[in-house]
Parts: sequence; structure tokens; C-alpha cells
Amino acid sequence: MKSIHVSTTINGDAAEFICAPDESLLDVLRNRLGLTGAKEGCGTGDCGACSVMLDDRLVCACLVLGAEAEGATVGTIEGVANGDTLHPLQQSFIDHAALQCGICTPGIIVAAKALLEKNPDPTDTEVRYWLAGNLCRCTGYDKIIHAVQDAAQKMRSA
Amino acid sequence: MKGESMRFARPTTETEAVEIIAQEPGLTRILSGGTDVMVQLKAGLAEPALIVDIKHIPGLRAITPEAGGFRIGAAVSGAELGEHAGVRALWPGVVESAELIGSTQVQGRATMAGNLCNGSPAADAVPGLIAANASARIVGPEGIRQCPIEDIPAGPGKITLAKGEFLTSIFLPARPARSGDAYLRFIPRTEMDIAVASAAVSLTLDDAGIVTAARVALGAVAPTVRLVPAAAKAILGTTLDDAALAALTAACSDACSPIDDKRGTIEFRTQVAGVLAKRAALIAYSRAGGKK
Repeated sequence: MKSIHVSTTINGDAAEFICAPDESLLDVLRNRLGLTGAKEGCGTGDCGACSVMLDDRLVCACLVLGAEAEGATVGTIEGVANGDTLHPLQQSFIDHAALQCGICTPGIIVAAKALLEKNPDPTDTEVRYWLAGNLCRCTGYDKIIHAVQDAAQKMRSA
Repeated sequence: MKGESMRFARPTTETEAVEIIAQEPGLTRILSGGTDVMVQLKAGLAEPALIVDIKHIPGLRAITPEAGGFRIGAAVSGAELGEHAGVRALWPGVVESAELIGSTQVQGRATMAGNLCNGSPAADAVPGLIAANASARIVGPEGIRQCPIEDIPAGPGKITLAKGEFLTSIFLPARPARSGDAYLRFIPRTEMDIAVASAAVSLTLDDAGIVTAARVALGAVAPTVRLVPAAAKAILGTTLDDAALAALTAACSDACSPIDDKRGTIEFRTQVAGVLAKRAALIAYSRAGGKK
């Protein structure tokens, strides 16, 4: 199998990697680049645990080939905090205890951040629909919605 | 994933893509949004020798006004389509059907062309396209051809495209004033599910609110999405009065030949398809400016 050389941008930095033609972007991020924030839950685009930004679109990294990242910009959970300062969404998830096992959390924060950049003042229903592709088997979602709304409020008044 | 000998190609012109595909004797998969292809690879349902990413061919990610309608590139995602005010205004039923596919993440990648070429009888984007009388532009070793959308599905997971052909765009035509379309599906949840039955209606009214043109298509009730001329005929020349709606409902149920499976029974699908068509017709009527 012929390996493919890929030049891309990840969290604002130029990055290069070699991958197999059938290797997913998620496997590249986790196994080749050490960016293990995005998780593999289902591997079929149903659970959202591998949510990342690809050219400013929210996508499941398990449904993208590593080779497709050539020339693209990729954003992962590792790029969400500003140095040691957590993003308001990250702080809010801690404050509201909006996680238990934490597997779904990176994907949910990446997805919620994409929502708030598009719609800074969503209704609860809009948050729930936007996050419908991010499954959490622990919390029952209520704390997640509260955490997103509280972060949205803080970001609007910042 | 297997892919022992799989190759990945990223052509930058249509001609290059056609040549690469023509030279490949083994199984080829076209990659645009990848939301079906990647799942098939993962599950081992397809072990292609060649993956061809068509997103870098000029125009394939563009929505272009054409002859009063719009040409939608085969790699335009649901999210991009939904953000296009022009298409949304002209064909709201088509856009709402495409937006029902999957999650926000899936919308970031999934395309109407891929939904069509995946060949599912339950494909959400397909009934609306057929009701809209949309056509596909297909390229291959024999050149370019245009094909009505209803001639593309051939059965579950099967389409009529010949080996070496692929779809480059979908054309949504212009429509007369006082026209409207709508799509409805039944799912037991509110989001993230596959249609148990679905219906799309597109119609045009005259100044008196009488239906002068109509197309009705049903999903998930036959081996392919199905155009139902008898259902359109049932509402032509009417103002969607109760008798016309009853005739539409009956014509739709008559056109069903569904399967029993874990998501719905034959009896349920047959009944619900008619009800959905009736409700979609009323929404399309209202969008066309008709008053009830």
C-alpha cells in the first residue's frame, strides 16, 4: 500500500504526516500526531466523539480520510484553550459538572464552540438539535445544555 | 479497514478523473462527503482498489445560478446548501430534505449527490429532487450526459450509472411563480434517524389557487424512491379540496410496495406514506401562495 504525504494546518500550526490511503483523519490525529483529544466512539459518524473542525466546518474525523487534510485547516480540542487559560466552554463544563466519564466531552466542546461562533445566543432547543450528533451515555444531557448556555452568556457579556 | 492495495486519487479536472477511473479495472469508489463511503470501508462492505476524491475538480463545490434555476456541485455539503438563500427560496422542500440527513457533523460533509448515488430507498434528499424534476449531470468515458433524477436509483444500494461514470452536479430548474414544494418523513425520533416512509410534493398554482402542475415522490416504500404520476394527477385541476386530498392519499398508498422490517411494517408504511403526501401537499400549497 502506497503511503501518502500530507501537508496541512492543525490548530494554526503547519503539520505534515504520512498516512495510508484508507487511514482516517481520526487515526492520523491520534496515532501519528499524538492528538488524542478526539475519541473514537463508534467510528461510523453516529456519536460525535471525534468532532473536529475541517476548513471551518464541524465534521466527524472518523468520516474523513487523512489524505483529505492536504491543504486544509484542521481544528481539534487541543487548540481550544489559549495556553493555560481554558476556553469559557471548558471552564463551564467543569463548573457545571457537565461530564462524567469524559469520552464525549472533547467532541461536545468542539461542536458547541462551532455553534456559538455561528449563533452566540441559541435557544435550548437549538443547542439540543445542534448537539444531536454528540452522544453522551452518562449525563443525560441536561448539565451539558446548562453548561453551553452559561458559557454562551459569559461569552456574550465578555 | 483493509485496503491492502487501495489507492487514493485527487484529480483536479473532470478529464483527469474520467481517465483515472477508466484505467482502474477494480472497484472504484467516488469520495465527496464520504459519510457513506467511509462507513462502508470501515465495515468492510466495500473494498475498493481506488478512491477518487472529486472535491478538487473545479465547480464541484459550487452552487451556480443557471437558466433561472441552480446547478449544485456534487460535492456541495448539506450545510453549504442550507446557507444558500437563493436555493432555499426557490426550492425550500429540496433544501429541507437535504438538511434532515444526519447530524450537524454529517451535514458538514454529506452531499445530495452522494445521498442519491448511495442508492438507499430511504434517501431523504431524493424524493424532493424527483418532485422538483431535477436532473443530474453525469460524466464518463462516453462523454457528458444529463439524466432525470428518477432514472438513477435502480434498487437498494444500486444505481443506473455505468462503470466509469460519476455524477458532477444536480440541476434544480427554474419554476413558475406561485409554485411550492415540501418534504416530510416519518421517524420515531426527532432527529438523527432514517425515514420509515417519506413524501415530497412540488406544485404550481394559477391565480385562482388551482393546481396546474404537480409531481409527487415517495421514499422508503419501494425498492427505489418512486415518482407517483397517479398522485400528481389526483390533485391537478383542484384546489386541494378534501376529495382531491383523499384521492392523493389513496394514490400514494396504492403506489407503495414496501418491506416489513424493524423500522416499520408494510401496513404502517403504506398508510403513513399517503398521510405524509397529503400533509406535504398542503405545505407546498401554502408555500405556493395558496389560501386554505
